[in-house]
Amino acid sequence: MTKSELIAKISDDNSGLTRKESEVLVNTVLDSIVDTLAQGKGVELRGFGSFTIRDRHARTGRNPKLGTSVDVGAKVVPHFKPGKALRERVLLT
Amino acid sequence: MKDTFTVTKADIVKAVYERVGLSKAESASLVDDLFEIIRKSLENGEDVKLSGFGHFVLRNKKERIGRNPKTGVEIMITPRRVVTFRASPIMKNRMNGIRD
Repeated sequence: MTKSELIAKISDDNSGLTRKESEVLVNTVLDSIVDTLAQGKGVELRGFGSFTIRDRHARTGRNPKLGTSVDVGAKVVPHFKPGKALRERVLLT
Repeated sequence: MKDTFTVTKADIVKAVYERVGLSKAESASLVDDLFEIIRKSLENGEDVKLSGFGHFVLRNKKERIGRNPKTGVEIMITPRRVVTFRASPIMKNRMNGIRD
């Protein structure tokens, strides 16, 4: 499923909501998650999962093509941990 | 907000309520709906790809032997399907103060 399919599904499920409003809704939700993480805070969504940030130390990387060393600076990376309900629902194989 | 380091669904609902111009109850129900649609898609075995945000990708794990770290007792972990998240480059850049 893509973002545009998600937007379409929400407006199809909710008769009072236009496609445009659904688009604003989806973007607002996703943007607020990104904004929160960018501020160094985490987002916890019960039954879905939590988004947190993790620190990565500076390291010396390698250009795999040339074999030369490159310094990779310290950075933060986003991390998602699925919540219990989500884990249990996708579990079955 | 009780914990300044964690944002919950209530905060997201508030952002929706302020921006979309719907009632608080409608906003809450739509936010629930959004996450339920994502869960349902994953439950049905379909990855969810949200451009500019990231991809929720399903992975199949084989059966393996695990160990209770406290007791050292070995147990067989059954094969399972798990959800992983791959953040988009846009999201990764935003975490590090880079805007495009």
